[in-house]
Amino acid sequence: MNLSNHIPILIIAIPLLAAFLVPLISRINKKATGILTTLALSVSLILTIVLAVKILTVGPQVYVFGAASPSLTLPSGLKFPIRIMLEVDAMSIFMGLITAVVSFLGAIYSLSFIEKYNGVDKYYSLLLLLTVGMFGMEFTGDIFNFFVFLEIASIASVALISFRGIDFGEPAEAGFKYMIVSSISALMVLFAVGIFYGQYDLLNFAALASVIKYSQLDKIALGLLIPVLAMKAGAVPMHMWTPDAYSEAPAPITMILVAASQASLYALFRVVFSLYNITLNTLAVGWIIIIFGLLSMFIGVTMAIVQKDIKRLMAYHAVSQTGYMLLGVGVGLAVLANPEALKDYGITAMEGGIFHIMNHAMYKGLLFLTAGALFFRTGTRDLNKMGGLAHYMKYTTIFFIIGAAAIAGLPPFNGFASKLLIYESVYRFNPLLSIIAMVVSILTLASFVKVFHSAFLGPKLPQFKEVKETPRSMVFAMAVLSCIIIFFGLFPDLIVKNLVHPAVMSLIEQLQYTGTVLGGM
Amino acid sequence: MIGNLPYIAVVIFIGLGIYTLMFKKNLIKIAIGIVLIENGVNLFLITLGYRKGAIAPIYTQAPSGQAIMVLPTPQALTLTSIVIGIATTALILSVAMMIYKHYGTLDTDQVRRLKG
Repeated sequence: MNLSNHIPILIIAIPLLAAFLVPLISRINKKATGILTTLALSVSLILTIVLAVKILTVGPQVYVFGAASPSLTLPSGLKFPIRIMLEVDAMSIFMGLITAVVSFLGAIYSLSFIEKYNGVDKYYSLLLLLTVGMFGMEFTGDIFNFFVFLEIASIASVALISFRGIDFGEPAEAGFKYMIVSSISALMVLFAVGIFYGQYDLLNFAALASVIKYSQLDKIALGLLIPVLAMKAGAVPMHMWTPDAYSEAPAPITMILVAASQASLYALFRVVFSLYNITLNTLAVGWIIIIFGLLSMFIGVTMAIVQKDIKRLMAYHAVSQTGYMLLGVGVGLAVLANPEALKDYGITAMEGGIFHIMNHAMYKGLLFLTAGALFFRTGTRDLNKMGGLAHYMKYTTIFFIIGAAAIAGLPPFNGFASKLLIYESVYRFNPLLSIIAMVVSILTLASFVKVFHSAFLGPKLPQFKEVKETPRSMVFAMAVLSCIIIFFGLFPDLIVKNLVHPAVMSLIEQLQYTGTVLGGM
Repeated sequence: MIGNLPYIAVVIFIGLGIYTLMFKKNLIKIAIGIVLIENGVNLFLITLGYRKGAIAPIYTQAPSGQAIMVLPTPQALTLTSIVIGIATTALILSVAMMIYKHYGTLDTDQVRRLKG
């Protein structure tokens, strides 16, 4: 047995197993639960990196459940795949890397952050299940299996958002909102699965993609899938759950939730690019995505400026940054049927959008963690009550500056790299879009200057006399994210060439995705 | 025409569910709305696999000469979806319970501490 063929399933199975071990271990030793979680997630992280290297050198990997060999997609001469399978290509593994890094650092950060709460074992169990759901959504090659993992991720994240609901009302309220949103989106995804199955008798993404005709029913399925996946990704006008859920969840969970929203975003791109590709009216659908992106960018940032709750403010910025990704990829989709424009600026726009996904996960994760550090030491999220914290929390201040500079798109941080790619390519598609994107970026900077001023600057306040630097595990998680941000900012070419470009090409070239399963039919 | 009746029922189920979600203000009723949509989708899936005059898809117990069977895959999908639905409903109701404990009401107009 060659173990390296089983890596895709091990990445999902190890956290899943650990999720059910954690409650058992907590009977023996409460402290061990966090360590077990961190260990399981670090194994997943290492395996993801190994798999990434393999995929980027060899090509997409498939893992078929229950087959004689994991790569046997078409057993006994069948023309279509009948088994559930995982299909991991450059785009999936790109998202997988984000999930692995974010969940691992979230677990490390939680070691100190969550200590004082009750029910720590349940917290870690749910964190692992959320990670499993995200990995599953990103790796699966089966549309029904996608629904199952979507539900696993939603149920775990709802329970985590309302984790403090025992003591406070607001987390329960936020959890209820998110539950309704995710139930509706999951059920609509299931309805679309039914429509596909009724027409083509297939559930496999790749096999569906090879026969899809863009009939009237396919249009209905697309009309169901795009809004609900955009809703799960937190795009305006379906963003009402984002500020509530992001602000009420514990800080490390908020960071992972950002990555979970991006998993839905990934699914949206997968559906549009790998499933439909050029059978679509790409210009119309591209513009729909661009308009979602524009609305998210602009409304997100304008709502953020007036917020007083630090995490709520950052949550609105998360909505706004999602707009950049939708804008970049939407432009790529709009010119998909036009090879010249695609080569000219479409690919660059998509590279910007996809690169921004990873950058956003890193700097927004860092910002949420600093907000969590402030809450951990001061016990408040209200910006009007904070002040002068730079005197007490030196490291947190530095990390916040790095994160804020990255989100505002200042060089040499990673936000600048992806935003520049988006600006210059989108300008050639439609200059107005690019100008709006730049204005939003300036507003973002203004808003973070306000946060920095009111939270960190100013004289020492008497009520924060006891405040000191956060514990070591929290500093470690933030430091790693800061290093990643600076590294990406200094060497963007390296990342774009080796990680982002293959991911974009695997989205654009539909045949590469279907061929892996159907053997070049 | 008569064969399309289940699809009409699907539309009614989902329509009622969406109506409940949009116009009812009680958290428990919202949970019921979700369950209605879910039932509609499950009915849709199971109807897709139905064949007229077919038997259950168990090969070993099929009478000889009987060739038509209903499709097993939609049934498996529906079963999975029902199990997930139970988990979702339980979670919605337990969160609603927590909300009631803190706010003393299930009225959505009064459960509004998060805004802006």
